[in-house]
Amino acid sequence: MKPAITVRSSRFSFIFEKRTVIINLILFFLAVFACVIGPMLGHTLLSPYEVVTALFGNGSGANEFIVMQSRLPRTLLSLVAGAALGVSGMILQGIVRNPLAAPDIIGVTGGGAVAAVIFLTYGAGLSIQFLPLAAVTGSLLVAVLTYFLAWQRGITPIRLVLIGIGISAIMSAGTTFMIVVSSAVTASQAYLWLTGSVYGASWNDVGILVTVVFLTIPVTMVFSRSLNTQQLGNDTALGLGVRLQLDRLILLLFSVILAGSAVALVGAVGFVGLIAPHIARTLVGKTHGALTLASASSGALLLFGADLAARTLFYPVDIPAGVFTAGVGAPFFLYLLFRNRHHM
Amino acid sequence: MKVANVFQQKKVTTFILLSLLLVMAFASSIIFGQTPISAEEAVRSFTSFDQNLTSHIVVRYDRLPRAVIGTVVGAGLAVSGTLMQAMTRNPMASPSIFGINNGAIFFIVVGMVFFSVSSLVSLMWLAFAGAALAALIVYILGSLGRDGLTPVKIVLAGAAISALFQSYTQGILVFDEAGLQDVLFWLAGSVSGRTLDMLIPVLPFIVTAMITALLMGRAINLLVTGDDIAKGMGQNILLIKAAMGAIVVVLAGSSVAIVGAVGFIGLVIPHIARFFAGTDYRWILPYSAILGAFLLVGADVAARLVIRPQEVPIGVMTAIIGGPFFIYIARRGLKSL
Repeated sequence: MKPAITVRSSRFSFIFEKRTVIINLILFFLAVFACVIGPMLGHTLLSPYEVVTALFGNGSGANEFIVMQSRLPRTLLSLVAGAALGVSGMILQGIVRNPLAAPDIIGVTGGGAVAAVIFLTYGAGLSIQFLPLAAVTGSLLVAVLTYFLAWQRGITPIRLVLIGIGISAIMSAGTTFMIVVSSAVTASQAYLWLTGSVYGASWNDVGILVTVVFLTIPVTMVFSRSLNTQQLGNDTALGLGVRLQLDRLILLLFSVILAGSAVALVGAVGFVGLIAPHIARTLVGKTHGALTLASASSGALLLFGADLAARTLFYPVDIPAGVFTAGVGAPFFLYLLFRNRHHM
Repeated sequence: MKVANVFQQKKVTTFILLSLLLVMAFASSIIFGQTPISAEEAVRSFTSFDQNLTSHIVVRYDRLPRAVIGTVVGAGLAVSGTLMQAMTRNPMASPSIFGINNGAIFFIVVGMVFFSVSSLVSLMWLAFAGAALAALIVYILGSLGRDGLTPVKIVLAGAAISALFQSYTQGILVFDEAGLQDVLFWLAGSVSGRTLDMLIPVLPFIVTAMITALLMGRAINLLVTGDDIAKGMGQNILLIKAAMGAIVVVLAGSSVAIVGAVGFIGLVIPHIARFFAGTDYRWILPYSAILGAFLLVGADVAARLVIRPQEVPIGVMTAIIGGPFFIYIARRGLKSL
């Protein structure tokens, strides 16, 4: 039995190792499993059977309302937002070849944060529904600004990283300043947004993010060969025929779209975009085809686990999920780091 | 030889210029503020101190401590950032990667919320303990395994531990909203209201660490060529890295303990120092110290004047002043590590 399956056409080629396929399948089924676990827990405990019947529209009225209107959208939103952040982080770490890269390095988080805090401070008359719109606008503007400032006959990883550091420092200075001068109510609202939460998830939010994630991830996988080659360095990648600048632009765009829409809907959730790709790497290795899927599932499970812990551990208090992303993810990641301690 | 000399001379000249800038910033830090004080008056407050004059008291008990603390902390943060980037060979590293800021903040928040500690001096010791503990955990985690302390391991362990502490802090703050405003201001960092009583107990450690760091330039030059090469050249890389780690803890730990989380300097000043000083750490380290001190003292002066009578948090001001400049030189082409 061959240890790998090869899928190849003129445009792309994947080699799936059997092991990584199995791990990816396990991760995927865990995510599906989460869709049952998530709706089970809460004030009214439901049995798996009740959840499944409610999912297929045969449950009792109350159960169906709880599952379909409240817990399921929340579970799904945490899963897809986590997946979006995980893949976005993986793309960025691949492009800038730095293990510390995360969606904030292209200004997505910083831009979104400034826009959100400005909205909370000055947009008092406007409905809170416009907050995601403000955030995504800020994210996109700042990401474009970062890209253009880093452009000098092309983008190099190091310049992108450094410009990103500068921009995000200025953005976080702006955010802190706004919070310090604003009223206590606005400050705690802003702090909530900066921590990130999946409160009040609606099917609308879920729909938007699912569309984004399911359109972007397959295309990212098509570009995985380019990402793999980029790991060898600029010159080698160019020599091997990678259209470096074009591919970078497209991949950055994906990463911005993924992180930007996730941040707009759930706030500046930290840690997922940074650590999910590393968790995935220790599980399935460094080639970007399988890594994309594994990053998506790791991110999804990370944010789901964080939200689950946040809303059940201190019940009836519902804590923002962003508080627990590191609380749930860091110990697991440290365990993986310890297990791989001889190979890093 | 000639060419080398010209370069050396240029570096010395730039260094002297930057030192003069620092002196000017220090002087303006004493003169400008809520109550403007003339230069003669400021000098007189040192030569013939008069307890009944407000201006003398302001200079001696407010302005001077601020300027001194700004200088020491700015230099300390910048040098520890430089060491951190050299040790991890990562341009995105800063002392906060060691978990120092988040460890300190966690201890501060625990102290404030659960034990209602409020005196700045006790909070300072708490912060220092938190910083040291976090750094120790990161260092141990990063050193496990066959190859010892590798850049990737330390960076990842640091990111995880740092996030873990931040998560705990946020968890506490979610429950205790009243404490949020105080803590937020502390998070942004401030040099106001700090007295020399906070600096003096840690000053001997800071000075020792700083001098050791400045003497390590040659060893660091070798270390950044790579672990294998450094080992092959006979360097005890374990010892060097342990020394660098200890210096980072003392410098960054005491800085965060005294003024709070000023993140920008430790991350960005090392790059600016390399822009001026090239690739030789015997130059980069002193340049970092001067530049860091200049930025923090200068930013403090600006922070007092921008929205009088309120003050802008110093961490905000350093980023607003230093950020655009950093982006400008990043476009001019920064030296890699």
